[in-house]
Amino acid sequence: MEYKGWDQVEAGAVLPSFNDESCDIVNKKQEERNYADTNSYTASVADWRVFKPVFNKDVCIDCQNCWVFCPDTAIVSRDKAMLGIDYDHCKGCGICADVCPTNPKSLIMFFENDDNDTMLSQWPEKKKKEK
Amino acid sequence: MSKIIKNLKQFSTSNDRFEGAHLLCPGCAHSIIVRELLNCTDDNLVIANATGCLEVCTAVYPHTSWDASWIHIGFENAATAASGAEAMYKTLQRKGRLKDPDKPVKFVAFGGDGATYDIGFQFLSGAVERGHNFTYVCLDNEVYANTGGQRSSSTPRGASTATTPAGRVSYGKKRYKKDMVAIMAAHGAPYVAQVAPNKWKDMVKKYQKALATEGPVYINAMSACTTEWKFPSDKTIDVSDMGTDSLVFPLYEIENGTKLTITYRPKNIIPVRDYLGVQGRFKHLFKKENEHVIEEMQKAVDEKWELLQRREEAGV
Repeated sequence: MEYKGWDQVEAGAVLPSFNDESCDIVNKKQEERNYADTNSYTASVADWRVFKPVFNKDVCIDCQNCWVFCPDTAIVSRDKAMLGIDYDHCKGCGICADVCPTNPKSLIMFFENDDNDTMLSQWPEKKKKEK
Repeated sequence: MSKIIKNLKQFSTSNDRFEGAHLLCPGCAHSIIVRELLNCTDDNLVIANATGCLEVCTAVYPHTSWDASWIHIGFENAATAASGAEAMYKTLQRKGRLKDPDKPVKFVAFGGDGATYDIGFQFLSGAVERGHNFTYVCLDNEVYANTGGQRSSSTPRGASTATTPAGRVSYGKKRYKKDMVAIMAAHGAPYVAQVAPNKWKDMVKKYQKALATEGPVYINAMSACTTEWKFPSDKTIDVSDMGTDSLVFPLYEIENGTKLTITYRPKNIIPVRDYLGVQGRFKHLFKKENEHVIEEMQKAVDEKWELLQRREEAGV
């Protein structure tokens, strides 16, 4: 999108979220919405990350703890199932991995440069409870 | 009509109206609190926002993170903006000039603790006294986090901040935290509550009750700040858990200024020392000469919990 210079910005700006006059936003999923360029959904904060969460579908129990506690709306959940992570919006804070209740965790933080498939193949085994 | 939320799976089918790629710090509790409010209702929302972390980070030109009507004016007047919009809505409704009269609209104001406890206090007080139908949510991170961590009147005793630094002479802030919930209840607001993001169900219940209430509602939301409380970004929920379990942030609600209900009683009450220990801003309290501050804080927390329980029992 085209950025305005400091002396071209009008005082009291209006930023539209959508391109059309959308009214019924609550009933539209994110992929059905007509986002404007000025909506931060179209932006990315992926370069903030040092660690990234990797999602292992085999261990996940769809409890949705990660969805409710994600500060960045970066957990994609549709129809009560956890689908994955939106890497455009994830800042790598690690809350999702921290609140994940499964054993072993279905979300684990890895270095940003690590390959997802390699990490999935090396997923840790189930830990026994320490008494 | 309010949305029915029975469990987390059902809640997760909500379509988010707060978008990602805002510039709040990784692990900030502000956006967890805001997301839950926007997801707990299907009604249209008009949101007024005071200056603070939330405003600065969600509307960085040229991007906005809000899929609901959102307005920002000044630091102090989020409550005024919300009450003005509400008054206009009522007028248009009376004149029959609303575009979609059947669709209910709710008015919400967000403010940080600086905008609520200090700078916007008079405006909030005025709006509550006038009895506008709106919900004010204070995102209480106990510091002016946006400008570099100066003390606010919400900062707890003993915390080291930019303007109350701990060192050889001082142990940090010397004054106790202002009890804003009690002050708003004393205004006679029909519903006043304290919430924390880790107890999402309690939070959603209170939000829905708040939005359904006619008249001014004040909600104090504990918002753990990774930057100024100084803990790792993935520990936000753990620190919030400790806050509610140590009763530093008791979860309760007050209806019509008097009827107090405690909504969360921790099974295992942990000592305040544990809650302080995970945060860098209280690090200096664990020195030998400052130990008395921790004991005093524990005593104050115990007294407050005792008072809440007695008030709940007596119903006054």
